[in-house]
Amino acid sequence: MQILFIIISAITLVSAVLVVSVRNLFHAALYMMLSFLGVAALYALLESGFMAATQLLVYIGAISILVIFAIMMTRRLMQTTESPFNSQWGMSGFVSASLFVLIGAIVLQVYPLDPAVAGGAPPAEELVTNTVNQLGVAFTSADQLVLPFELASVLLLVALVGSIIIARPDVEAEVEDES
Amino acid sequence: MITSYLAILPEILLIILAAIVLVYGRHPKGDRKRGVGLLSSWGVFVVLLVTAGLSFAGVPGEVPQEIWGGMFRNDAFTLVFRTMFVMAALVTCMLTVDVPRLQHGEWYALVMLATVGFNLMAAAGDMIILYLALETASISFYVLSGYATDGRRSPEAGIKYFVYGAFASAVMLYGLSFLYGITGETNISLLTQAVLGNISQPMLLLSTILVVAGFGFKVSAVPFHFWSPDVYEGAPTSTTAILSTASKAAGFAVFLRLFMSGAVGNPSNQNWWVMVVVMSILSMVLGNMAALWQTNIKRLLAYSGIAQAGYLLIGLVTYSVDGTGSILFYLYMYVFTNIAAFGVVILLSRVTGSDEIEDLNGLSRRSPYLAIVMLLALLSLGGIPPAAGFFGKLFIFRAAVEAGFWWLALIGLINAFIALFYYLSVAKHMYLYRSDDEEQPIPVSRAAALALGICTLGILYLGIVPSAVFDWTRLAAQVFF
Repeated sequence: MQILFIIISAITLVSAVLVVSVRNLFHAALYMMLSFLGVAALYALLESGFMAATQLLVYIGAISILVIFAIMMTRRLMQTTESPFNSQWGMSGFVSASLFVLIGAIVLQVYPLDPAVAGGAPPAEELVTNTVNQLGVAFTSADQLVLPFELASVLLLVALVGSIIIARPDVEAEVEDES
Repeated sequence: MITSYLAILPEILLIILAAIVLVYGRHPKGDRKRGVGLLSSWGVFVVLLVTAGLSFAGVPGEVPQEIWGGMFRNDAFTLVFRTMFVMAALVTCMLTVDVPRLQHGEWYALVMLATVGFNLMAAAGDMIILYLALETASISFYVLSGYATDGRRSPEAGIKYFVYGAFASAVMLYGLSFLYGITGETNISLLTQAVLGNISQPMLLLSTILVVAGFGFKVSAVPFHFWSPDVYEGAPTSTTAILSTASKAAGFAVFLRLFMSGAVGNPSNQNWWVMVVVMSILSMVLGNMAALWQTNIKRLLAYSGIAQAGYLLIGLVTYSVDGTGSILFYLYMYVFTNIAAFGVVILLSRVTGSDEIEDLNGLSRRSPYLAIVMLLALLSLGGIPPAAGFFGKLFIFRAAVEAGFWWLALIGLINAFIALFYYLSVAKHMYLYRSDDEEQPIPVSRAAALALGICTLGILYLGIVPSAVFDWTRLAAQVFF
């Protein structure tokens, strides 16, 4: 189990680094898919089947495919070999690294790596096995998650209308007035 | 059960209205172009009446309710903010009726859906709905900022707001996820109880810093303010009007919900308030200093908005009923004042085609009533009686002195005097300078005139008899103490 976790984490992290460092944008998108796949495997390892399936369907099935389509349809981006580093990479790398150290130090201080301390009680059996059922019930019962669920649909409507507005051709270019 | 539905009736009506407007406003032609705006204005007015009617009918009651499984807190605090947001949406819709670029159903529908997001942000009793509501409002405003796709500045504003906003959301979500990780709760009141048990955790401080950074972005406080001048300038002015007021107020609503209830630790143990004090001082000083050099009226109002966020943060630091009540009062005055100022800019820039301060030259001769509205708005922003801003600042500084932060009030006071310089220099352009177009008055439609009238009445009412509204906002503030 431990070894499996380390291997999967390593794949996830290495491909995540490659996403931002390879020159070819298309390859970066493929590495991003690999990284997402690693995260999905981590979810599966933690016995959260629903999250793993969502990760697989939404991130790999939808988002990565969209990104790849966007890259393939933008002709110039397919052939680009520009360096992903600009003049500020040193500075931003320093900031990110120090933030990582800070957060890591705090997390380690509160939750030490010592397995005797960190173990804690395993989650209850029903919590692990029945996640999809519980989620489905929660989404439709008035004293649980129905309001956020409905609001999420409003959020999607906003995103849909918004993307159409941004993408539509300007049908009223004859109106010169700008305010 | 029926009271649960009544409690979210304004939001349900707003969503239905957005759907109607979307269908009605499809390719409007001729007279129907104005019709979209008029329909939206009337519709939002009905929602405002329903909101007021519900409060008279006793929803929310005396006792704060947590309904929909703790997602929605129905109390006086929700009512105060909901009224404010619907009012801001109403006035903005009325001012936009005659703006040719924005006479589409989509613009109004997005404003309404953003208002739903604002309302639920103020009413959120749970981090899940809080984040969803925040994203609903934010995504609407990314699109509203980049709405005018013909020029270059508006899409630029939209992209800038989107990139910064997505980053700030991610930072905030990271902080909220730590909070969930420590306590295992998403409900804010349960979270508070869990946090009270183990106050001094460094994890708690870390998550607080991340959350404060996210909200600092929403309310455009220094050092998270970089986006605001560019977005305010580039976005269509109607968007800027509601973005600079309702969006900022919603940020403060969430700030208060999380921080005053003690969900991120008791403020009295002085972990995070140092950060808020520093943000407050920096916002006041940098906002005012940068505003002194602006030649564009929208940029000037953006920097003034940063400074105003600084004054509001003083009220947050006091952690008292008076401080919180004065924040709510200040936000009310800010909504009326800023929308009035941007309303004048909307009408003016339709004629002049730009929004430089020099365009205001000779406005007192050109359109004396518009000049008076703008003057009142400037006086209110500067804090001079009889405009509402005087009492807004007075209440906040008084609460600060009573809570022992007299030095912070003093810094605020000095900054208020510096700010007077640039507010009055705009007035100087309107009243003392001449321009060549003085013979041509600015056309003002009935809807826009009514909207400016409402704002003017609001400014004067809050500035002459502030006690009624201040008592109401203090009552709302008591839900936290």
